[in-house]
Amino acid sequence: MSQVLVSIYRYNPELDSKPRMQSLEVDVPGDRDLMVLDVLELAKAKDPSITYRRSCREGVCGSDGMNINGVNGLACITPLSKAAGPARKLVLRPLPGLPVVRDLVVDLSQFYEQFEKIKPWLINDEPPPAIERLQSPEERAKLDGLYECILCACCTTSCPSFWWNPDKFVGPAGLLQSYRFLADSRDAATTERLAELDDPFSVFRCRGIMNCVSVCPKGLNPTRAIGKIRNMLVEQGT
Amino acid sequence: MVTNATSLGRSGLFDWLVQRFSALVLLAWIAWVGIGIASAPEFGYPQWRALFAATPLQIFSLIAVLSLCAHAWVGMWTVTTDYLNEAHLGRAGTAIRLLIQAVCLLLTLACLLWGARIFWGSG
Ligand code: SF4
Ligand code: SF4
Ligand code: FES
Repeated sequence: MSQVLVSIYRYNPELDSKPRMQSLEVDVPGDRDLMVLDVLELAKAKDPSITYRRSCREGVCGSDGMNINGVNGLACITPLSKAAGPARKLVLRPLPGLPVVRDLVVDLSQFYEQFEKIKPWLINDEPPPAIERLQSPEERAKLDGLYECILCACCTTSCPSFWWNPDKFVGPAGLLQSYRFLADSRDAATTERLAELDDPFSVFRCRGIMNCVSVCPKGLNPTRAIGKIRNMLVEQGT
Repeated sequence: MVTNATSLGRSGLFDWLVQRFSALVLLAWIAWVGIGIASAPEFGYPQWRALFAATPLQIFSLIAVLSLCAHAWVGMWTVTTDYLNEAHLGRAGTAIRLLIQAVCLLLTLACLLWGARIFWGSG
């Protein structure tokens, strides 16, 4: 057994006038690495009032995005050794920039509203063929690196442009999905989709600092997708 | 879709292109004047006057001043909409942003006219 010092953001807007950090000593096995989520479960065993979201515990559902020692990530697939380092100290905060519902749980409404804005579904009014709309392997390959997004919000809540304009800037997750449909050979609404994005905020607030790329737990690259959308806008608009 | 009355072109693409294009113009102007200074064996006031007496550089300088103003306006507009809003400043955010934008606009216009006078004035 060895000890880890865990510092957890605690806030219940209904009862507390302001947030505070709670420190807990947690015993962890000395012979193997744990994931941050496991450590959080151990902390919750000591104080059952600690609140967070999680479901799949294997990086698939996207529920447990949080700020781990200053970096957004999924607690369930972030190893303690990597997050805490030799100092053996873990600092857990909610995803930045969104209203806190309780402790590590944030209100994702604005994140989902931006996602909804980009119409994340296939638009094609032609009568569907008898079996399915076909794609060549090359056309299908264009969706790689786009469709894998699990909407964990780690990227969008690490983006300063989203912090400053969460109601107007679509954010990296939404724009990655926007490009996923712009790049889909079966989608027929490319022109309309681009017209929706050509305002000073939706796409063009991206400053290309790539916070989104550095935190994505799925290794996706929203900045590249945003660049491709921009190129499409330049092609259509000039 | 968000349009914005105080952005330059009311289209993100237009502003973005203006920002890139004006940056290139300014780079070219700096290179032109820099080479003009560096290539003279000895450089003083008479050479400076002679350099700017040439009509092509006079025209290009005016284009550079225009570019500088457009570049500055798009930049300041972006900064004000990022930081001078209700999220940062509370309910007074919009009023403060409009005030600062007006000051920026006046300064930019003054700079433009002043530049025109320097390069095209009779002085
Ligand atoms: S792009 Fe990556 S970080 Fe962003 S929501 Fe999707 S999976 Fe999460
Ligand atoms: S690259 Fe763009 S979207 Fe990604 S974090 Fe930076 S500003 Fe945000
Ligand atoms: S619990 Fe599902 S992604 Fe972590």
